[in-house]
Formats: sequence, C-alpha cells, structure tokens
Amino acid sequence: MTDLAWIDAALAAARPQAVGALLRYFRDLDTAEEAFQDACLRALKNWPANGPPRDPAAWLILVGRNAGIDGVRRRSRTTALPDDDAAVSDLDDAEAPLAERLDGADYRDDVLRLMFICCHPDLPQTQQIALALRIVSGLSVRQIARAFLVGESAMEQRITRAKARIAGSGASFETPGPAERAERLAAVAAMVYLIFNEGYSASGPDREDRAALAGEAIRLGRLLLRLYQTEPEIMGLVALMLLQHSRAPARFDADGGIILMDDQDRSLWNRAMIGEGLALIDKAMRHRRTGPYLVQAAIAALHARAATPDATDWAQIDALYATLEQLTPSPVVTLNRAVAVSKADGPEAALAMIAPLETRLSGYFNYFGVKGALLLQLERGAEAREAFDRAIALANSPAEAAHIRQHLDRLMADAGRAG
Amino acid sequence: MLYAILCYNAEDVVMSWSQAEDDAVMAKLSVVHERLERENKLGPSLRLMPTTAATTLHKQKDLVIDGPYAETKEQLLGFYIVDIANLDEGVAIARELGQANPGGAYELRPVRLFLPGAEIPGTERT
Repeated sequence: MTDLAWIDAALAAARPQAVGALLRYFRDLDTAEEAFQDACLRALKNWPANGPPRDPAAWLILVGRNAGIDGVRRRSRTTALPDDDAAVSDLDDAEAPLAERLDGADYRDDVLRLMFICCHPDLPQTQQIALALRIVSGLSVRQIARAFLVGESAMEQRITRAKARIAGSGASFETPGPAERAERLAAVAAMVYLIFNEGYSASGPDREDRAALAGEAIRLGRLLLRLYQTEPEIMGLVALMLLQHSRAPARFDADGGIILMDDQDRSLWNRAMIGEGLALIDKAMRHRRTGPYLVQAAIAALHARAATPDATDWAQIDALYATLEQLTPSPVVTLNRAVAVSKADGPEAALAMIAPLETRLSGYFNYFGVKGALLLQLERGAEAREAFDRAIALANSPAEAAHIRQHLDRLMADAGRAG
Repeated sequence: MLYAILCYNAEDVVMSWSQAEDDAVMAKLSVVHERLERENKLGPSLRLMPTTAATTLHKQKDLVIDGPYAETKEQLLGFYIVDIANLDEGVAIARELGQANPGGAYELRPVRLFLPGAEIPGTERT
C-alpha cells in the first residue's frame, strides 16, 4: 500500500468523527461537509511532506473548522481573508488539547447524531441509505448511483432532496438523554443493517458495486460497536453481518447465479469473519439480554458451525426462530422458521405452518419459493409448479428468477422420465 | 535473543482498507515472514481480531468489561516473536515490515519468558 493509499484510508476512517464534530460546530450539513473537504485537500498537500498527524481526526476537525469559518466570512464579506498557512502552522500546539477534548462523550454523540440524521422517518429507506453512504461513509455520488443502478444525476437529485428535507427538520444538537440516545442507536443500527442487505441481496453479473455495500455496513457497524462497546444488540448486529458476509465467496456461481446454502462449498466461507462473529456472540451472551439482531446472529452461527448441511442443528434453529417470532412477530420470520421446521420435522409440518401466511405474503417471492420447494419434497409436482410460477412472477432480480427456473427444469425432467 | 515485535496501528484506518488493500498488505508482509522463517528467526506470530471483539477482566474488582484494556489512538493489532542477534537486527526487521504495512508503530520488546505451548488444532496458518 502506498502512503497515499494510507492517507486515503485515514481520511475515510476519520470522516464520521470529523464531519460529526464539524456538524455540531456549524449546525449545517453542507457547511460541515465543505469544511471537511477543504481539510482533506489540505491533508493531501500537507501529510505526504510532514507525515500524518498523530490524531488525523483532530487535525481534520481543527483545519476544517478554520476553513469553514473562512468560508462563512468569505460569503459574508465582512472580514479580510486570514492567511491559510498561518492557520495550519499553529496546528501542532493546538492539536494535543483538542485531541483530549475529543476523547470525551461529545465524540460518541457526534458520530451517532451524524448517522441518526440520515434515518429521518420522513425519508424513504433508499434515501436514508443513499444519504448515509454519502455523508457518513463519504462514497461519491457516482459510486452510490452505481450501487443503486440509477444514473448519476438522478442520484445527485435524490441526495440533494433528502438533504433539503433534513435541513428543514431541525436536528437536535443538544446532548441527548439516555432514552433518546437508545432510540437513536436503534434507528442507526436498523439503517446499517439496511445498507448491509442492499449489498447482501445483490445478485447477478453486475453485483460487485452493490456487494461492496455489505463491507461498508460492517465497517459502520464496527464503528458503532467501538462507540457503544457494551451494547449486546450492536454486538449481535455486527456478528450477524459478519456471519452472513462470511458466505459471500460461496453464494454465487460464475454467472452470478444464487447457490443455496445447502449446495455451497463451505470451504470457501471466510473463517476469520466467522471467528469474529462467534466471538461477538459469546461476548453478547454474557449480558443475558437478548434482542432480534443477537437471535438472528445466533441462527447464522449455527449454520456457520455446521461442517456439512446435514450437521446443522435445525431443532435449535427452530427454537431460536420461535424466540425471534416473540421479539418481532412477522409472517416473514414464521416463513423462515418453517424452513427450519421442514428440516427438523418434515415438509408436511412446515407446509401447515406457512398455509395461514398466504394472504399476507401473496406478493412475496420467497413465500412461493419456499412453498414450491416444500410441495416438491412431498412429490406434489403440479402444485409445486404453480407455486414456482408465482415465485418467478414476483422475483426481484433475474438471479432469483433463474434460481426458481432450475427447480422447474428439474420438475420437467422428472415428469419426462416418469412419462 | 528473543524479541516480541508488537504491532500498533490505528484500527479504524486498518478497518477502512478494502479487502484488496488488506490482501495486498498481507501479501507484502508474507514476503518478509517467509524470509524470516527460512532463516529460522520467526517464532509464533499472530494478527488479532479488532478491539471490538475484546473483553477485559479488571483483576482487582473482578470486573469483566467489554472492549480492550486501554483506549488508545493506536491499538495492539498483533505481534511477532523473533529470534535475532541484536536490537539493530530487530529494528531492521521492523523497518522492513513497516514498508509493507505503513502507519502506526512497532514496539520491540525483549522476551523474558517464552512458553512455546502445545500445537493448537484448528489454528490457521496464513
């Protein structure tokens, strides 16, 4: 890695903290972002020659704050321009006390606030994610546009509109109380998991740009966990993302087609991610306080621990889904539970379990995929085909449709042999 | 003389590397590792998971706390045990490792007691 690449990584790592602090200072997102950009440009000029500062975030905040004040002054044309170099040369003295101040609680609240304003309830989820990727992660509009498979100007507009909306909504810059902080943390965790799923659910030959979002979500999750070290649900969230992402190298064939977990080459699963995920679950369990992310992580862990599909502890997975149903009742959770039930108790029991869900899940691709697979196991071919046809009609991506077609082709082949 | 080379780096920066960047650093490092191994100078060495996976027992109060012991700008991310003739050689090795893996610092610390321990099954050689 070149020094320049190291500086890039340092700027990316410092971004949430620096933009968060600048936002608290300027109380305006655009000013904070511009100030941070200015500071980054100066870092790129300054750091290669002088070496990076001990605390890059503190440096960027100080330089960004001066740059932002300059910008405000320039716009108001009331004062003469201060000398840029003079501002930077004072840095070494100023950096140490600032760095100490940053260790305080402000830092955690700054980052959380920055992430939280992206979760504004008036914004549709896709806009929340796009905004977070732009503001918190610092991805370029082009990168985000590619991840969402839309044009750059469309994405630019979307982000501008989202920003205008939150600017008018009056984000709170007071230090939040414990209850409000917990609410913010839950909203931010949900958003991070949304980003992850954008990446995780990407399939097909062009999935790379979107798949990168899963890695970014893990980075943001680890950041949250570093700020809130004792929150079992944040441990659960990071563990869940790591355990799911560990399967990424085995989830697609050469054409980007989906490979189901049963058929995956488990030697391709990322052992380091699995290890970290299991360690986080272990830590979280000590708190004896369960939550939806932790339960889902525990389910993913049982898959990760099984050396072969047959070795999977389906009874335990069934029990964990039962807990999840209690924590977050939803037909989708029951549908997932039915898959575990089909393995533990057979397809008949599972089919009975999902039958009452059909009206509520009538627009859900997975429902008919699961139903078809269960009917297929029961050798009810005609009904299975009907379910698969509905699944294809509801598929969200060509890869999903192609996957169901494989089932149908197999059905056809079997019918051919029988006839 | 046995030395531990303790690897300190800013964890949030290392975590911001893309997989490709991480792989590239590990590939460059492994060139140094392999040479040291051929020269019989490299003992047990390891890369730690992030501090978010750490738990700390504070002995006096018997308190188990989530997270690393010390909140620092740079974190302990791993270490090497090397068998070297003198400190100069250690500094040279650290410099070489540093070229492959920029940022942070290497602390060279002489080893007082070394317990090789048992071969642990399932430990991954990378």
